[in-house]
Amino acid sequence: MGWGALRLYTLLVYGFMFLPVGVVVLLSFNASQFGSFPMTGFSLRWFVELAQNDAILRAFRTSLILGTLTALISTTLGVLASLALVRYRVPGENYISTLLIAPILVPEVVLAVALLLFLNFLEVNKSFTLLLLGHVIFTLPFVILVVQARLVSIRRDIEEAALSLGASPVQTFFEVTLPLMLPAVLAGALFAFTISFDDITGTLFWKPGGVETVPTQIFSMLRNSISPEINALGTVMIVMTVGLPLLGLALARALAIRSGG
Amino acid sequence: MSVEAREARQPWILLSPALTAVALLLFVPLLFIVVYSFWLSSATGADIAAFSFENWEEALTDAFYRDILLNTLKIAAITTIVCALMGYPAAYFIARSKGNKALLLLLLILPFWISYIIRTMSWINILGTSGALNTLLVGAGILSEPVQMLYNETTVILGLVHFLLPFMVLNVFVSLEGIDTNLEDAANSLGATKWQAFLQVTLPLSLPGLAAGSLLCFVLGAGTYITPMVLGGPRDAMFANLVYEAIITQLNWPLGSALSLMLLIVLGALVLIYNRYLGMAQLMKGLG
Repeated sequence: MGWGALRLYTLLVYGFMFLPVGVVVLLSFNASQFGSFPMTGFSLRWFVELAQNDAILRAFRTSLILGTLTALISTTLGVLASLALVRYRVPGENYISTLLIAPILVPEVVLAVALLLFLNFLEVNKSFTLLLLGHVIFTLPFVILVVQARLVSIRRDIEEAALSLGASPVQTFFEVTLPLMLPAVLAGALFAFTISFDDITGTLFWKPGGVETVPTQIFSMLRNSISPEINALGTVMIVMTVGLPLLGLALARALAIRSGG
Repeated sequence: MSVEAREARQPWILLSPALTAVALLLFVPLLFIVVYSFWLSSATGADIAAFSFENWEEALTDAFYRDILLNTLKIAAITTIVCALMGYPAAYFIARSKGNKALLLLLLILPFWISYIIRTMSWINILGTSGALNTLLVGAGILSEPVQMLYNETTVILGLVHFLLPFMVLNVFVSLEGIDTNLEDAANSLGATKWQAFLQVTLPLSLPGLAAGSLLCFVLGAGTYITPMVLGGPRDAMFANLVYEAIITQLNWPLGSALSLMLLIVLGALVLIYNRYLGMAQLMKGLG
């Protein structure tokens, strides 16, 4: 296979990956009242209806709160653990690493069942708390992997310089280590938020009746029929989960260029 | 306390919140459902604590469960092979391309950021009775009326491939990036054709990445229940659907526990075999 053929093949593979998603975006601007083909014109009506749909707005609020809290807790736990694994010699380090990423080695359905049954036994019923705990435990491994990979590249001698110049360990952490770690921390938090915001496999097991996140809301809407509102909601989701990180990347790049990095 | 002792304690203080979370929210619950799988469900009220093999007997001997388990493994295997055939060449192109690196890297990670449920349901817009393909074929006069192309095993596999392909591409890419391209050049200068150099040098060296990607595709594919619910018909249930049915619909938690553990054992065995021969390091590279 020549290089040209390989390029064409890759193009087709990516066409397969992105075309269906492109169709979702395209149809969300469709004026037709059935929201399917053929396109009859450009319209924003489905976005207007979306903004007036209470169930969807509630789902959005739930997902945002859940994602934010998950990111906060998971990043805190993950950063502390990563610091320990990168900065110290810990006996049995490999085993500890494997233990910490175990939540993604177990199929999510199994994790979902185990957590639901165990917490129910402890009289924590299906609730927001259960959802939050579930989201924390399966985003934690991703945060640890991302943060650890970035921590390795931070040089130790800058901290040692601060310490030798008379800063206390606490001062050193907040004024030297934390600012240096900030990109890693933010990357971990963003990752946790995105995974939580997108999750459906565990969420369907843990969510209390009547509470929906954006993915479970889409899922329940799919059972009736594919309404054009779903495509509009899909477009909003794509803008959030693709657009925001891209914006973040661009911003980080601009900042790095300005500070001469 | 001496300085050394304090130094030795510090990492454990940092690790303890995460380790406690994993212990209490994963390992203890897993042990708990092992116990629960021996309990008895009751039609009314709380399940009965017992030591009964009833659920295990049902899960292991009922032909219905066995057939669905085998079918699940088959679907996961086909999905993995299709992902490898589609993903390997694409990853190779990205790894060896001299074009815009930032753009190519974006191609690697962008698909991960698009929601799973959106990607899954997007196929309804393509293959549904009023979807793009039917509209196109009817418009061109090839079909006289729309055909239902959705809700069968093929569309389940299609959805799974669409969901899992990025995992394959990323893992193969990571291992191809780690191969010194001088090796291929050396093979070429020693008289190997480009194909020979690829087949005998690059491909074998990239097998760990291919294996890591395949493991992820297989395990994630075999553990899903959303894709069959959205893109499959009533007869396309996978094993995780049985778990969902037992736990959420029938509220038979003891049986659901036994079925969950069966899935964990089958897929866990694969992970262990992988770990035994290839180690976790490659998998971590791809995930990080």
